[in-house]
Amino acid sequence: MWDYTDKVKEHFLKPRNVGELEDANAIGETGSLNCGDALKLFLKVNENERIIEVSFMTFGCASAVASSSALTEIIKGMTLDEAAKITNDDISDYLGGLPKAKMHCSVMGQSALKKAIANFRGVQILAKPGNMVCECFDVTDLEIIDAVKANGLETTDDVTDYLKAGGGCGQCLERIEEVLASVKAKG
Amino acid sequence: MEIIYTDNNATTKVADEVIEEMLPYLREFYGNPSSMYTFGDQVDKKIRQARQRVANLINADPDEIIFTSCGTESDNSAIHAAINAFPEKKHLITSNVEHPAIKNLFTYLEKKKGFEVTFVPVDKKGRLNTEILYKNMSENTALISLMWANNETGVIFPMEEVVQKASEKGILLHTDAVQAAGKIPIDVKKVGVGMLSLSGHKIHAPKGIGVLYVKKGFKFSPFFVGGHQESGRRGGTENTVSIIGLGRACELAGENLGLVNTQVRELRDYLESQLLEKIPGTSVNGEISNRLPNTLSIGFDAVEGESILLLLDREGICASSGSACTSGSLDPSHVLMAMEVPFKSAHGTIRFSLSHYNTREEMDKIVKAMKPIIEKLRQMSPFWKDGKMI
Repeated sequence: MWDYTDKVKEHFLKPRNVGELEDANAIGETGSLNCGDALKLFLKVNENERIIEVSFMTFGCASAVASSSALTEIIKGMTLDEAAKITNDDISDYLGGLPKAKMHCSVMGQSALKKAIANFRGVQILAKPGNMVCECFDVTDLEIIDAVKANGLETTDDVTDYLKAGGGCGQCLERIEEVLASVKAKG
Repeated sequence: MEIIYTDNNATTKVADEVIEEMLPYLREFYGNPSSMYTFGDQVDKKIRQARQRVANLINADPDEIIFTSCGTESDNSAIHAAINAFPEKKHLITSNVEHPAIKNLFTYLEKKKGFEVTFVPVDKKGRLNTEILYKNMSENTALISLMWANNETGVIFPMEEVVQKASEKGILLHTDAVQAAGKIPIDVKKVGVGMLSLSGHKIHAPKGIGVLYVKKGFKFSPFFVGGHQESGRRGGTENTVSIIGLGRACELAGENLGLVNTQVRELRDYLESQLLEKIPGTSVNGEISNRLPNTLSIGFDAVEGESILLLLDREGICASSGSACTSGSLDPSHVLMAMEVPFKSAHGTIRFSLSHYNTREEMDKIVKAMKPIIEKLRQMSPFWKDGKMI
């Protein structure tokens, strides 16, 4: 069994802010049925750009549910500018940590939040910079480089744990290896 | 909390009769069966009895039975022996729904040792594509290894027919019968397999004991090179206590085979029909009419397996999921993916595997627990609304 913290278990068993928010004015969706986890985040934002209500719907494992629940608790009452600074580490820290292989659950939270904020502001999320590496999970080389640098990732497994990249068909594993090598080479 | 154990394809309770059989050999009769004195020899006699009992379960001769440490060792030994026996043959055949013990070994041989491996596909019901299998049999094929029954779905492969075709072409066949043993009749003489793997802990013996059946006449080379034990076919001092336990477990498995195919099958069918009836968006994986009598692989749309298992665990119910939800693995199990089970139910697949220790009351408790669990998770799921998938 996974080594989940009590906080993860608690948020899984009694998730906060579950369900559809009928009068939401910002929605962010990430993941898919095929991937095995998906999160739909609903925000109600007031005229001062403050999040006054928030809810989620999640399909996924215990840590995906707990990460979603934690995210809603973290951002409730924040302004969008404040919320935009929330990272996956904040979500993981809030839960007392996640198993390494489940870090993507917190990344999913961050990603849904970004999309919800963009949705509210009417901003199109621009095509991602960089070259596509993992088609299954839509991950670019620049994202991999960022994640490797920020989290000290060393192996392709590490990259998969964080970004899911390489965890689908597996065809991009060699490419991930190359990106890792290039980061290492540049120090 | 009372435990309801329905994960018997993962491991089983050690039968009380097995424990009783083993205890004297753990406490008092600790002699080495290879010794000259009576104190060791009495253990040797008991091992001979165990070997006979194992042989009886699969209709083999006692000297065709090699004791190993587990199913995985049996599989590795079999494949090792086959490729050593035919060093000029560089082609292997297996299926793409095998247990990791075979799947990963064959992948290793393909990637690192220069073998050409054919992974024979299955259809949507988990049935082996025998057409592709037969088409790929060639003079260069050293070995075919196919599981007798699948651990996740319980689907049974047509072993007798496959062995017949293989022997017409003079190809050796190994079968991983770890899940089949004790659940369906196995007669190696009738079916004619070359090698067959068994595992003790799947049939109410302890963990750490396995068997490799090797048909008489095959030039077997040991995987564990060492002493003269097992007639030079597996070095290492015998795991006397477990061997003796396994002997008794095999005897019991033979006696209980009828029970498993009546009482246990009825329980499984009852659980299956209740879950299908009480929970919408539910589907059974695998060929319904051709499964092990104890196995139920059942998918619940729009929810995820790990979440179900953790909630079941709160009720003391032990089962397993059809997916390993780690990191990127989009994969629900390779077995469900090979069967092209749709993602909507594959991620939410649970395997219940029963034994004769289960009761109808337990099945009712499982159904009663499952209904609110699935409802709760669906209320949370973005893919479920108003009683159906969206």
